[in-house]
Amino acid sequence: MLRDSIRKYIGKDYGFDARKGIIASARGFSDRVWAQFAEMGLLGVAFGNAYGGFGGTAVDTLLVMTELGRGIVVEPYFSTVVLGGSLVDLGGSEAQKQAILPEVAQGKLLLAAALGEPNSRYELNSVETAAKRDGAGFVLNGHKAVVLHGASAGKLIVSARTAGGARDVNGISLFLVERESAGVQVTQYRTIDGMRAAEIKLANVAVGADSVLGAVDEALPLLERGAELAISALCAEAVGAMEALNTATLDYLKTRQQFGRPIGSFQALQHRAVDMMIHCEQSRSMALLAAVKVQSEDRLERRRSVAAAKIQIGRSGRAISQEAIQLHGGMGVSNELAAGHYAKRLTMINATLGDVDYHAERFASAG
Amino acid sequence: MDLNYTKEEQAFREEVHAFVRENLPEDIADKVMRHKRLVKDDWVRWQKILYKKGWIAPNWPKEYGGCAWTPIQQHIFEDECGLAGAPRLIPFGLVMVAPVIINFGSTWQKEHYLPRILSSEDWWAQGYTEPGSGSDLASLKTRAVREGDYYIVNGQKTWTTLGQHADMMFCLVRTDTTAKKQEGISFLLIDMHSPGISVRPIITLDEEHEVNDVFFDDVKVPAQNLVGVEGRGWTYAKFLLGHERTGIARVGESKRELLQLKAIAAKELRNGRPLIADPRFRDRVTQVEVELMALEITLLRVLSARSKPGPEASILKIKGTEIQQALTELTMEAVGPYALQFRPEARAAAWHGEAVGPEYAGAAAAVYFNYRKTSIYGGSNEIQRNIISQTVLGL
Repeated sequence: MLRDSIRKYIGKDYGFDARKGIIASARGFSDRVWAQFAEMGLLGVAFGNAYGGFGGTAVDTLLVMTELGRGIVVEPYFSTVVLGGSLVDLGGSEAQKQAILPEVAQGKLLLAAALGEPNSRYELNSVETAAKRDGAGFVLNGHKAVVLHGASAGKLIVSARTAGGARDVNGISLFLVERESAGVQVTQYRTIDGMRAAEIKLANVAVGADSVLGAVDEALPLLERGAELAISALCAEAVGAMEALNTATLDYLKTRQQFGRPIGSFQALQHRAVDMMIHCEQSRSMALLAAVKVQSEDRLERRRSVAAAKIQIGRSGRAISQEAIQLHGGMGVSNELAAGHYAKRLTMINATLGDVDYHAERFASAG
Repeated sequence: MDLNYTKEEQAFREEVHAFVRENLPEDIADKVMRHKRLVKDDWVRWQKILYKKGWIAPNWPKEYGGCAWTPIQQHIFEDECGLAGAPRLIPFGLVMVAPVIINFGSTWQKEHYLPRILSSEDWWAQGYTEPGSGSDLASLKTRAVREGDYYIVNGQKTWTTLGQHADMMFCLVRTDTTAKKQEGISFLLIDMHSPGISVRPIITLDEEHEVNDVFFDDVKVPAQNLVGVEGRGWTYAKFLLGHERTGIARVGESKRELLQLKAIAAKELRNGRPLIADPRFRDRVTQVEVELMALEITLLRVLSARSKPGPEASILKIKGTEIQQALTELTMEAVGPYALQFRPEARAAAWHGEAVGPEYAGAAAAVYFNYRKTSIYGGSNEIQRNIISQTVLGL
C-alpha cells in the first residue's frame, strides 16, 4: 500500500524535469514534496506511535527507501528521517523524543547528523571535535565534514569528544545543536548526486546539559547502531536505483538500433545485461538481510550482516552504474538522461557511511 | 626488440624533458595537474610553443613540416609531455585529418590546410558520429549533394568534441544513397563558419561543455574540399581511426595520474595510517600500475612492429582507457567522503575560494564520471573487441 502510493506519487510528480528543477533550487529540495511526504506518512514510518509515527520496522523503511531510490529522490529523507531520526529514536530521552520526532514526522523539522570530520574518513570513532564541560553544559569546538543537508537542518546531531584521544572508542558524546546557535558556521555545497552537503565549523558553541543525546562519553555504540540502520536503508535505496537503472538500460538495448537491429540482439551485450540483473538480485537479497538483521540484538551479527550488505551494494552499484553508462553509449554520459544520475547516486552511496574497503574490514572483524 | 632505450633515445628523452620543463607555461601545467577547466587558449598557446620549436607534428613527414620521429621517439615525447602536465595536443587536425590529407588530399588541400594545422590557425573537429550512427558508423545519413562547384550538406553530427572552438571539420557525408552503405560515403572538409551550421552544446555528467551537436542546414561546401575520390570516404575514415587509436593509449598521462594517486593515498589516512599502507588499497593501485607497465611495453611493441598501426591498436585503446578509468576510480575512492562534493565553479582557473576538504578532492568524482566517455568514444571498446575478434583472431 505504502509502496504503491509512493511509486504513484513519484511517477506522477517527480519526473526527470521536476527533479532537475528541485536540484537547481537554492536548498536543493522541495518543501512541497516534503509536505507531501509528511501527509503520506513517510516521515514517521519507523517512529513509535507515541511520537507521531507508525511503529514500523527497518523493513518498512526498506520499502520506502527502495521507492525513493527508484525515483532518485533528492529530498533529505535519508539525513533527516533515517540517520537523524534513528539516532534520536535510539538514544534520545523521553523528553528529547517528544520534542523532536513528532516535528520530524510532520515535516516541520529537519535533522542532519554531523559525524564525519576532515581526518575521519569513514571511522565513526575518529572524532577530534572537542566538547568541554562548562558549568552544567558543554562548549563545542571543531570541524564536521560532508554533513548531508547540514545547511537546511534545524537541528544538528554532532559527535564530539568529551574524553580520550582522537581515535579512542570511549569518550565520544552526541549533542543536539541548533543550527542557528552562535558559533555555528555552515558552508553549503552541491554533491554530485544532486543533493546538498555542508562543512560545519563550531567555534565555542555553548549547549546545555539537556542537549546530550545518549550517554556522555559512551555514544559510540549508539552511533554505530544508528549508522547500521542508516546503512540498511541506503542499501534499500540502492536496490531501487539499480532496478530503475537496469530497466532504463534494458529499454535502451531493446530500442537502440545499430547495424539494422536492436543492439540488445548482440550476445556480448545480452550477457552484460544479465550480469546487471544478477547484481541487482544479489543486492536485493543482501538489502533484505540487512533490514532484518539490523534489528538483531546480537551486536556482531548486526555488524556482519550490515557490512556484508554494504559491500555487496558498493560492488554491484559500481558494476551496474558503469555498465549502464557504457551500454547507453554517448547518451550515458549526457546529463540530460536519467541513467547517468542513477549512476551518480549509486556511486555516492558507496562513499556514504563506509565504502567497500571499510566494510570489508568490519566484516572480517565481526568473526 | 630491445626493451632498453638506446643512447640516442635516452639523449632524446633528456632533450624533450628539458624543453618541456622549461617551456610549458606553469599556469597551463597547473590547470592540468589540478584538473582545472582548460580554455581554448591553453591548448593553442602550448601548441604554438611546440610549433615554434618544430615539434608540433611528431608523426608527419619532414617535407610537410613534421618531425618524422621514429615511433619510439613519438612515444618518448608523449610520455614526457604527459608526465609534465602538458595539455594533450588536440588530435583532430594534427593526428587525425593531417595524415588523411597527406596521403589522399589534393595539392591545394595540402598547401592550404597543412600549414594552418601546424600553426594552430585552424582548430579542427571530427564529424563522424550521428544520432543514429554510433558504433554502426557506416549507416550515417548526413547528405551531401553535388550542385555545380559545391556540395550542399544537410544533416547532423553529434558528440563533436570541442566543436565549439572549431574552425574546420572533417566530415563523413553520404554522397550516394543507392550504393552499398560503405561505398556511398565521402570525406569533406567543411568550414565551420559557413552559413547554415549551428553548434549546440551537450552537457555531460560533470556539467562541463566538451561535446556538441552540429547541425547542417543547406551548407555550401566547395567541391575542392572533397578529399580524394567521391565515394571512398570510408577507406579514408578507417585509415584515420587507426591513427586515433595509437594516441589513445595515453601512457604518459596515466603515469602522471598514477603518481598523483599515490601522492593522495600517502596523505589520506585510514585507521590513522596512510591509505597507501593499507594492503587492500595498495594492492589495487599495484594492479593498475602493473597493467600500465604492460601497456607501455605493448605500445612500444606495436609501434616497433609496423609503420602503420593495424588492428593491434585496438588493444591499446581498450587497455589504455580501462587504465585511465581505473585511475579515476581509485582517486575518487582515495579521497573518501569528500568525493561527494560537486563544485564546478571551483574548476575555473580564476576561482580562489576555499576548498572543501583537500584541494585534490574537489574534482575527483567529476573526473571519474567524465572519464566514462573514454571507453565509449573513438570506437567503443565493444567495437574494438569486434575488430580484434574479426581481424586478428579470425572469429
